[in-house]
Amino acid sequence: MGQSKLDLLQGTLDVMVLQTLEAMGPQHGYGVARRIEQVSGNEVLLNQGTIYASLVRLQQRGWIAAKWGTSDNNRKAKFYSITKTGQKQLVQDTAYWQRLAGVMGRVLAMQGEGDEQ
Amino acid sequence: MRHSLREAFKRVGSFFRKDQLDQELNEEMASHLQMAVEENMRRHMSAEEARRQALVRFGGVQQALERHRESRGLPWLDVLIQDLRFTFRTLRRDSGFTIVAVLILALGIGANIAVFSVVNTILLRPLPFRDPQQLVRIVQKNPKAGESSRTYTADATQDFQQQNHSFQSVSGYFAFTGPDNLKLVGTGQPVPVTSILVAEGFFQTLGVDPSLGRSFRSEEFVKHSQPVALLSYPFWKRQLGGDRSIVGKAINLSNTSVIVIGVLPDTFDFGSVFSPGAKVDLFAPYIMDDFRDDGNDLALVGRLKHGVTLAQAQSEADQLFPQLYFEHKHPEYGKGYTGQVTGLKDYVSGKLRRSLIVLWCAVGLILLIVCVNLSNLLLARAAARSKEFAMRRALGARRWRLVRQLLTESLILATVGAVLGLGLAYVILSYLAHQGSIALPLLTMVRVDGTVLEWTLLIAVGSAVLFGPAPGLRMSGGNLQEVLKDSGASAGRKHNRMRSTLVITEIALACVLLVGAGLLLRSFLRVLDIDLGFQPSRAAAISVDYDDGGNPAKRAAIWQEIVRQSSMIPGVEAAGISDNLPMSRNRSWGIAAKGEEKRDDLGYLPVFVYIVSPGYLKAMGMRLMEGRDISWEDMSNNRSVVIINETVARKLWPGQDPIGRTALAGGTEPQVIGVIADVRESGAEDNAGAQMYLPATKQFGPEGANLVVRSKLPPTAVATSVMGTLRQINPGQPATEFKPIQGLVDRATSPRRFFVLLVGTFACLGLLLASLGIYGVVSYSVTRQTQEIGIRMALGATETRVQLDVIWETLRLALIGIALGMMASLAVARLIASLLFQTAPTDPFTFAGVVVLLGTVALLAGFLPARRASTIDPMVALRVN
Repeated sequence: MGQSKLDLLQGTLDVMVLQTLEAMGPQHGYGVARRIEQVSGNEVLLNQGTIYASLVRLQQRGWIAAKWGTSDNNRKAKFYSITKTGQKQLVQDTAYWQRLAGVMGRVLAMQGEGDEQ
Repeated sequence: MRHSLREAFKRVGSFFRKDQLDQELNEEMASHLQMAVEENMRRHMSAEEARRQALVRFGGVQQALERHRESRGLPWLDVLIQDLRFTFRTLRRDSGFTIVAVLILALGIGANIAVFSVVNTILLRPLPFRDPQQLVRIVQKNPKAGESSRTYTADATQDFQQQNHSFQSVSGYFAFTGPDNLKLVGTGQPVPVTSILVAEGFFQTLGVDPSLGRSFRSEEFVKHSQPVALLSYPFWKRQLGGDRSIVGKAINLSNTSVIVIGVLPDTFDFGSVFSPGAKVDLFAPYIMDDFRDDGNDLALVGRLKHGVTLAQAQSEADQLFPQLYFEHKHPEYGKGYTGQVTGLKDYVSGKLRRSLIVLWCAVGLILLIVCVNLSNLLLARAAARSKEFAMRRALGARRWRLVRQLLTESLILATVGAVLGLGLAYVILSYLAHQGSIALPLLTMVRVDGTVLEWTLLIAVGSAVLFGPAPGLRMSGGNLQEVLKDSGASAGRKHNRMRSTLVITEIALACVLLVGAGLLLRSFLRVLDIDLGFQPSRAAAISVDYDDGGNPAKRAAIWQEIVRQSSMIPGVEAAGISDNLPMSRNRSWGIAAKGEEKRDDLGYLPVFVYIVSPGYLKAMGMRLMEGRDISWEDMSNNRSVVIINETVARKLWPGQDPIGRTALAGGTEPQVIGVIADVRESGAEDNAGAQMYLPATKQFGPEGANLVVRSKLPPTAVATSVMGTLRQINPGQPATEFKPIQGLVDRATSPRRFFVLLVGTFACLGLLLASLGIYGVVSYSVTRQTQEIGIRMALGATETRVQLDVIWETLRLALIGIALGMMASLAVARLIASLLFQTAPTDPFTFAGVVVLLGTVALLAGFLPARRASTIDPMVALRVN
């Protein structure tokens, strides 16, 4: 694995967290962080600690809710779940990221064609 | 949108629950790490390795906490609080500096707030009436003889009211009311009362509604209608105990039953707008039919129609007024008024504009000096703190973080200074607002209001920004290594150059202030030196009440008795009665030399009229140049005689002896029996106008009566005996005030005294601050050069030599400052030339005086450090470090 990990773009972590909670249901911080690492195939440079800044931000915006509970191995942990507004927001964000990804793909492809001619 | 608002609220909430949230996060992170460790151990790592890996993946607990705080709370506020806390700690440690800085700022800012409040009240704030921009004052153009030449007759007023198209309404008030013209009888001793007659629609024109009861009705302006009155708020509170049921009841005013119809609001102060310094107790209808024959006596105010400009109103006035007859009944008196339409606000305060702006600038200069002084103090501190700051920068503090720290410091100093200053201003303003003796309009309405608070904030922040960062920028820049090495010689020198520049600025500013104050003071002294034509000291006047039943013979007898008995009071040198006193209410008629009255170039001369008793001239200390005083026989025999002043004599009988000549005045042909020296009528600075003194006879009844008493003792010493005498003659004599004549003069000169006093105070303050600045810089430079001086003394320099060097250094600074200040002063003096009285803006005496004064103060400020320098012990000095 010679290449370095991906730096997270501004705002991407929030979307990842929302999507993770949407897909997995209520989850504690550690679970969310681990899940993102697994799904990204360890390609994302993520200090697990940064997840908490993202969680509190989403919580303040009312997109996720939190409450204390007990984990599988009987540990006290804070569980986060996505809210109605959070789901709406996720739909918007997903559309946005897909559009952006599409545009980026096309733009980069276009450059390649231009060079050949 | 909604979520950002929600987020903002949450952030504020989180800011106040910092500890709890931190605690929760810590728990959360602890359980996070624990879960990670357990998972790692399941992968067969050693406990130690599992923990290490977990921490690596987590990436710094402290950083996570910081980021959490930043996302959830108000990070900028955290930093600010940190700065504030640190600043308070530093300032407390350096309490000497803090106290001096705050006091200086409080003085500077307080003075600024006070002056701004006055400027705001008199110049900036609209008058306390409805739509005040529509209100105007209408006066005759080029008034030559006091109030009579500014006012209009009842007939002319009515004609103008009917014919104009520019005004919603025109009304006015009777301009010749003296103070205490009525007495309130009923409970206990009669109380003197000042009542003003107002024409129909006066309060409607101003847009003032009674706070209790109603305004006047049309039928109350008809002759022989039931007398009614509106009370002023202070009078109602003071005399009637704020009794709300008084409306509709009758009170006894000078033995007439008058129905109280209402009380005016607290905010309405007639005196402060129309007659500065006067208190008015109640208002009664001016019934036109009572005054048809009385000449000009209405002062007019008008309210412009919507959309009508001053210029349009003026052009209509220019058309209408020349067509107005003086009196309908006597068309032979002719026609031809003029009317100058001036915005009411402008009329009230326009004349003061320049003085107030000068005052404002002067106080601004003080603030500037304060800022320069503080910059200087801060620089001195900066020198002492340079190591601390270099250390902080070396440890990674960014430059702007340090500047912000310093700015926080200056903001705190300025805020505390502003709060104290506000207190100071409040005291000054409460004092000013209750000074009836200062004849400035609207002054009673001065107070700290919203605008003033905004201004305070502005100057506090402004001065903090001005004095704060200069040393900060200096300190946070520069060569860290050099500072930390503590050689610091070159940096120190640079500091000193900057401080010297600041001191020079300070001296120059103080110089400008001193020259301005000096010129105003000279003018004021010139004004006090004026020959008034009478001797105000040791004379006093009291308004006299008597009942003559309208019979002139009886009046003459009463007057004679009053004057005779008053003259016999021990200590009294002379006594006499006049209806008008100089520098107060006045009225004018015309006077002509008989046979010359038709001459175009001469004709009737406008002349101030005084109806007097024998002895009045002597009691006032007026100088009879020729002829004789009025006698009691003149009065009892209704002789037609007149005493004129020199101006009248010179104009009507140039080069001739006026005694024995016949004049035409007031429809009679009095014989001139005396000539007196000119009396300054309107004010000390105005030229004396034409004046004549007539005995109270059948033809000429007085408007009220003032007994003037001249005594060997201070006037207050005879006050009780005079009142006793008056009560003996007339038990109904109200408790009118025994007013020193000096008070009239003081009142007339009070605006000038007010300005001189304030500018003078500011100048002294500036001088003090400048001398502190000089002392600070020289003293610091001596401290810095201790070693150098020690070496020089070890090499044989004498004490005198060392002293002279230090003093020379001081003088050098002072002289540069004075030279610059003088140049600025010359320019400034030209700007205030119109405020000066018989004083040239280049008055060499003032300029020389300021140079000597500043030079001396600089020398004194330099002397202390010089002495200290000369007592330096070379051995001790060289051992330092």
